[in-house]
Amino acid sequence: MSARIGVVTFPGSLDDADAARAIRIAGATPVALWHGDANLHDVDAVVLPGGFSYGDYLRCGAIAKFAPVMSLIIEKAQVGLPVLGICNGFQILCESHLLPGALTRNDHQHFICVDQKLQIESTETLWTRDFSPGQQIVIPLKNGEGGYVASEATLDELFAENRVVATYVGNNPNGSYRNIAGISNKAGNVVGLMPHPEHAVEALTGPTTDGIPFFTSILKSLVGAS
Amino acid sequence: MIDSVDAAKVNPDTSQPWAELGLKNDEYESIKQILGRRPTSSELAMYSVMWSEHCSYKSSKVHLRQFGDKAPKTDALLVGIGENAGVVDIGAGWAVTFKVESHNHPSYVEPYQGAATGVGGIVRDIISMGARPIAVMDPLRFGPADAPDTRRVLPGVVAGIGGYGNCLGLPNIGGELVFDESYLGNPLVNALCIGSMKHEDIHLASAKGVGNLVVLYGARTGGDGIGGVSVLASETFDTDGPAKRPSVQVGDPFMEKLLIEATLEVLHAGLVEGIQDLGGAGISCATSELASNGEGGMHVYLDRVLLRDASLSPEEILMSESQERMCAVVTPEKIDKFMALCKKWDVEAVVIGEVTDTGRLVIEWHGEIIVDVPPRSVAHDGPVYERPFHRPSWQDALQADAPTPERLARPSTPEGIKQTLMDLISSPNLASKSWVTSQYDRYVMGNTVLAQPEDAGMIRIDEETGLGVAISTDCNSRFAKLDPYAGAQLALVESYRNISVAGAKPLAVTNCLNFGSPEDPEVMWQFAQATTGLADACLELGIPVTGGNVSFYNQTGDTPINPTPVVGVLGVIDDVDRRTPMAWDEDGDLIYILGETFDEFAGSEWAYLQGHLGGLPPKVNFPMERLLSEIMVAASRDGMITAAHDVSDGGVGVAITEMALRANKGARFWIPDNIEPFVFLFSESTARAIAVIARTEELRFTEMCAARGMSATRFGVVDSGLGADSGYPGQQVIVVDSLFTFTIDALREANEATLPALFGG
Repeated sequence: MSARIGVVTFPGSLDDADAARAIRIAGATPVALWHGDANLHDVDAVVLPGGFSYGDYLRCGAIAKFAPVMSLIIEKAQVGLPVLGICNGFQILCESHLLPGALTRNDHQHFICVDQKLQIESTETLWTRDFSPGQQIVIPLKNGEGGYVASEATLDELFAENRVVATYVGNNPNGSYRNIAGISNKAGNVVGLMPHPEHAVEALTGPTTDGIPFFTSILKSLVGAS
Repeated sequence: MIDSVDAAKVNPDTSQPWAELGLKNDEYESIKQILGRRPTSSELAMYSVMWSEHCSYKSSKVHLRQFGDKAPKTDALLVGIGENAGVVDIGAGWAVTFKVESHNHPSYVEPYQGAATGVGGIVRDIISMGARPIAVMDPLRFGPADAPDTRRVLPGVVAGIGGYGNCLGLPNIGGELVFDESYLGNPLVNALCIGSMKHEDIHLASAKGVGNLVVLYGARTGGDGIGGVSVLASETFDTDGPAKRPSVQVGDPFMEKLLIEATLEVLHAGLVEGIQDLGGAGISCATSELASNGEGGMHVYLDRVLLRDASLSPEEILMSESQERMCAVVTPEKIDKFMALCKKWDVEAVVIGEVTDTGRLVIEWHGEIIVDVPPRSVAHDGPVYERPFHRPSWQDALQADAPTPERLARPSTPEGIKQTLMDLISSPNLASKSWVTSQYDRYVMGNTVLAQPEDAGMIRIDEETGLGVAISTDCNSRFAKLDPYAGAQLALVESYRNISVAGAKPLAVTNCLNFGSPEDPEVMWQFAQATTGLADACLELGIPVTGGNVSFYNQTGDTPINPTPVVGVLGVIDDVDRRTPMAWDEDGDLIYILGETFDEFAGSEWAYLQGHLGGLPPKVNFPMERLLSEIMVAASRDGMITAAHDVSDGGVGVAITEMALRANKGARFWIPDNIEPFVFLFSESTARAIAVIARTEELRFTEMCAARGMSATRFGVVDSGLGADSGYPGQQVIVVDSLFTFTIDALREANEATLPALFGG
């Protein structure tokens, strides 16, 4: 039986179907999780997809952390449940304090949708082990509030502990400190990523298929763990 | 003091503000005739909004009939003109609905909210047909790019479209961005949405079944947008500028997202008998149209409407254009399930009335009858005008002023031609639009196969089979100014061609007819010519108009905009995997020009850059357009073609530049025999496309063209290794023999720097 990976749908989630498709393409079974339902349906891992969770008129993700399903995810993530937060999901992970720092309005004040070059900095997380260290990839980036900020001490710590998962190559598209595109928690089971790997899983619809290894990585991690 | 029906009978001579509400004297008189008394203030409010130009099409109706009268025979049309949006069969049990609408005046007054709610409105039209919205597109037109007011309006419009559409999770896959002096005092913000559904999910706006319940759900009703259609959309701006801010609505895209999900869920659960979105004219429109299309009667308790502002009067509630609201007709047995699904999505809903067979729309306010009217008289039997029209006195002189070489000097040296290409690709109209399109999410939903800057946007509908649709909108309003009949046809053939070069088969047409004041006989002539031209052209190409929108009063003072009949064409492709992109790829692939090039510069981008507008627009050739379309689709289906691009704005020179930029790979070209380089590179003759063919397929392709009578001339070859020989080692270059050499980097810099320099990084 293939691994079951949950995808949470908040009322304003937009990329939940895309995340489910990426999980399918990687060979796992996507399981729909509903924001108001405090039940993880025995999933082996969770993806928090992109979107606008509850409209995000306040800070992005600030309300989502109080969703019934999130209390379970926060609890389980602290004891090893693999969680990948993409874009809005990354914002929710920061608001939930599963990851340090915060995502702020892009420095140029515009929403931006581009094919972004990234460098994979850490292959030690459960979600990136199928990459090779230093590998450069291109996947879509699309956000209005994607500027990663944290204190100098936190930034130093993230780099020192090899918890910076990916950095922007070339132009910094949103003013993120030290070009940070994604980070992980200390244990490496929780990863937040501003760009969208789930939009780069088919040559037909994506700029590349460079997003697939994020999803095959978790499959291998789960097989290795079981 | 509530003005009830009883009060209207008792005080027949009360003076009423019909003129302030936009009604003419004879319209007010005919309302009195219909009712046999003076209207109540609520009835007056309803008639004023529903009889506005925007809602009633009173000036355009007599001309729009041609789209039905001349419609080509087709089995593809499942729902035609008159519903919220037309529905087209695309095979395998799938149907598609699409429509384009204007939100011009609100976007000029308040760019962000005007443009945002334009997206919201068209999306609700699509969901009210039972379809899931799958993509949006925005044809935009502004004054000169460097005009201060363009810098005020454009960034707000783009942010509004992005802010709303991105939050709904709809990919924005294309559109237009055009600058012209004629739009300085009246920019055009049109919004297109496309939705898909299975045949059995089609729903219509009608209130059937006596005793069924009328449910209003979505956002609460507030004081925003009161009189939007009658005041804003149906009047000309005064020259002292916009001052009608309170008439513009405010959008809440998150609520719209909830409304989409809740609506699709109640429709798919079979809980809905009839459904209507609330847009222009709000509750007045929804109740009267639902009743008029159904059993003919409805009883509404207006005091049950959930309000954002408790102090609203019944007249204001009837006229409010608060966004993100829908109206559904539900049987009493299913109402609990309906309410439960609304609650699941945190959408408020309330039963505001029921369907009757009285033939009257009766509205109560705290026990008093404030409206009692025949619904058809409000919704469908509004005034119809045969507005006078005549050919403008200046039309002949304009057409006589052709851009001949004597009238408008043409570059003849290689340096001059090289500079012309540079000028064109860096001009705001032909420059890269990525400053705009990068503010829109084109990836969401994961089905976007082609998006800007491709010729057409293409969306996969069925992941199993690869069935998909392509869509494009076009209009060169300079052509329409020179000859509105031909101009509308040229808009159609360009859009038709854009669909075809992407490998899809054109199926159906929508339009957004943007014109000046219908009370100006010269504008009315332009409108009559354009509608006739478009209807005739649809018949020639065998594709029906499925619906559309008319926007009049696009003028400031006495100066109307260029007539701008924006035409959208929808096409179907059985497998999106065989779509034809615009970028060439393989070294050695051969580049052909299909179709013939004539000396046609009137209304062209080149003439526009010289500040000239005159002459007759390029000739339309329907048989050749059809043939070109068939050849492009066949070449895609049989795997003969690796890339293709429509030739239109800026001619062949601009087309090959755009292909090279997209490919980031060089190519060598030569000018075919017996044609002047300038004419070949920059003329805007129609029925042409550039086709890139693998060497192994060349014979098969040219034989197909020859057998069918399509002119095909080889004039280039893809070559990534030209840099060294042309003095740019290591670089990708475009060489046109004995004329010029450009590096792609230099072309890209010229093409991409223009909009950021004007509107900021």
